[in-house]
Amino acid sequence: MIKYLLSAGDLTREQAIEILDIAEGMADVNDRDIKKLPTLRGKTVVNLFFEDSTRTRISFELAAKRLSADVINFSAKGSSVSKGESLKDTAQTLEAMGADAVVIRHPASGAANVLAHSNWINGAIVNAGDGTHEHPTQALLDAFTMRKRIHGSASKGKALEGLKVAIVGDVLHSRVARSNLLLLNTLGAEVHFVAPPTLLPANPSNWEAKLHYSLDETLQHEKPDVVMMLRVQAERMNASFFPSEREYARIWGFNADRLKTLKPGAFLMHPGPMNRGLEIDAVSADSPQSTVLEQVANGVSVRMAVLYSLLSGERAADV
Amino acid sequence: MYNSFVLKNVLLGDGPATDIQIEGDKIVAIGADLSGAETIDCTGLVALPGFVDLHTHLREPGFEQSETVLTGTQSAAMGGFTAVHAMANTSPVADTAGVVEQVAALGREAGYADVYPIGAVTVGLEGKQLAELGAMANSKAQVRVFSDDGKCVHDPVLMRRALEYVKAFGGVVAQHAQEPRLTEGAQMNEGAVSAELGLTGWPAVAEESIIARDVLLAEHVGSRVHICHLSTAGSVEIIRWAKARGIQVTAEVTPHHLLLTDELVRSYDAVYKVNPPLRTAADVVALREALVDGTIDIIATDHAPHPIEAKDCEWSAAAFGMLGLETAASIAQDVLIDSGKSTWARLAEVLSVNPAKIGSDAEQGQGLLVGAFANIALIDPKVKRKVVAESASKSINSPYVGLELPGRVVHTVYRGYFTVRDGALAKVGRA
Repeated sequence: MIKYLLSAGDLTREQAIEILDIAEGMADVNDRDIKKLPTLRGKTVVNLFFEDSTRTRISFELAAKRLSADVINFSAKGSSVSKGESLKDTAQTLEAMGADAVVIRHPASGAANVLAHSNWINGAIVNAGDGTHEHPTQALLDAFTMRKRIHGSASKGKALEGLKVAIVGDVLHSRVARSNLLLLNTLGAEVHFVAPPTLLPANPSNWEAKLHYSLDETLQHEKPDVVMMLRVQAERMNASFFPSEREYARIWGFNADRLKTLKPGAFLMHPGPMNRGLEIDAVSADSPQSTVLEQVANGVSVRMAVLYSLLSGERAADV
Repeated sequence: MYNSFVLKNVLLGDGPATDIQIEGDKIVAIGADLSGAETIDCTGLVALPGFVDLHTHLREPGFEQSETVLTGTQSAAMGGFTAVHAMANTSPVADTAGVVEQVAALGREAGYADVYPIGAVTVGLEGKQLAELGAMANSKAQVRVFSDDGKCVHDPVLMRRALEYVKAFGGVVAQHAQEPRLTEGAQMNEGAVSAELGLTGWPAVAEESIIARDVLLAEHVGSRVHICHLSTAGSVEIIRWAKARGIQVTAEVTPHHLLLTDELVRSYDAVYKVNPPLRTAADVVALREALVDGTIDIIATDHAPHPIEAKDCEWSAAAFGMLGLETAASIAQDVLIDSGKSTWARLAEVLSVNPAKIGSDAEQGQGLLVGAFANIALIDPKVKRKVVAESASKSINSPYVGLELPGRVVHTVYRGYFTVRDGALAKVGRA
């Protein structure tokens, strides 16, 4: 199987479906009284976080622990020569300690790629978010959630053929958007990005997606099956990407009125943590259409599947 | 030591084979069947006037872990250069007569090439207050080129004053065209690839808007202005327009912008991180055409050595810049000769005659003429060579390692002295 998960685009359709299918098995484990498998006993998984992200870290931590791996959380602040410990020194240290897998979160786009293509470290590498580039396990858990909502217990083996997904918000800076674009394309879904022009790339010509400025028009004309709201980061607020939070919420935020326009069976996603009242209001966030908590639960199953795929060397059928 | 030798059977650019006789530091005869104390068979080698780099980072004083005046000029010699202009972004910054004289003295001591220090336009490259341009011009280093390279002189009033002021001593301001607000946190060319990679974009307009402003300023005050490292098709259009209008503007392009594109950034290998960034294939085509048709005046290397740790890290933490001295002639050959689009005479212009003219280097870029200083690069254009990491530079951040490039510098004659002979660097510089 694969040794690295750096980009959602690294996965073939077969590999992606296989991981999602393994995650189905892991979800069953997570429903048991004793939520534990012995699969990765004796393996060491390091959560190497150069950026604070409690949610992602505990999700990976729980995933590794449920597979009986030993887990180390390594929080490093900053990077580069000027700012303390370098990525290289950290990686070499972990290698010397015998890490079997490194789950890396880093503020620099491409940090996971650099780690994988250096000879600093031999273990498996999972990109848990690199700058504004990618967050492939988020895309996998999102795809898993979509599949589960649509196909329920008959999800195994399914792709997302023909599914229309509208991803709304700060697309320019979103690693969630980039990874979802690639994986959704691979799985046959149709991606629509909705954002103010300032939060779309200046040149999206390599992207297989339709771009829209108006959320209301997109909801009305495209009738998406899935609407995924992106988090607006605090640092965008005062950098003239949009005039004010109020205006953003009015034009691009999801709210009770827009919820009514969703077609039957359509649902609403958010990678969390949510800015309630900004990109999503409380009514929508807590509505039956919202998958927010399912995404959190599925995140553990999917990350178990990823660690299993990278570290066990066994096939899906064995789960 | 007195030099006396004859280069036998050299190809004079596009012309027929001939001999060049050197006595002391001068060319004394060019013609058939010359004889001298020593003769060197140069059959198959193209003789060109020694190259002049208008844009070199020698890093000394302050960053000797990357390069020194000695190693930088040795690298220059290996690339066929007989003169380099040393950029001002050292530590301390070359913004006083003392620093520029020190750099010039280090160059003379090394003896591998003429070293012309470039003076900073503003104190500490901070863009706030003019440096003592007159003092640097009148110093022993006789500075004629001024640049805040690495940073843009973005304040329009300061730029206007600098353009005006250097007229007093025939100087020129070399602008690093980069609108700072449009490039905050910029990591690579803003385009389709940056959108995919999630790296903050460096838009073409940030370069083009400054160039447009500065050619208009130069026109307004009747000064000449030089634009460093043109990197976009739009910049070429602006320079073309300005020249047609009679504005005294000259422009340079780096070897890497003539060959490499932003697709390479997909590897996140920081060896490709440079400022201005690698652009698109369409930009490369426009720059190559502009070099052929004369819109761009010169190739300048922007040779920018960095220590390993500055590149062996994640992209956004890495330093900007790449080596260029020892590969520049090969890329010039690729663009002008092997493409079939131009001539050796043009190559001599862009690598020697024009940069010397822009830099007011009286004893460089004279061409291969009787009575001229014997600054000669001898190139074997037929050889293909695979670039290796080891070079005369102290650093290894070359983006060309592993690539096959055409042509090889076989000999470099600097003021009558072989700094490079048979591809090997002289153990000591010219006394």
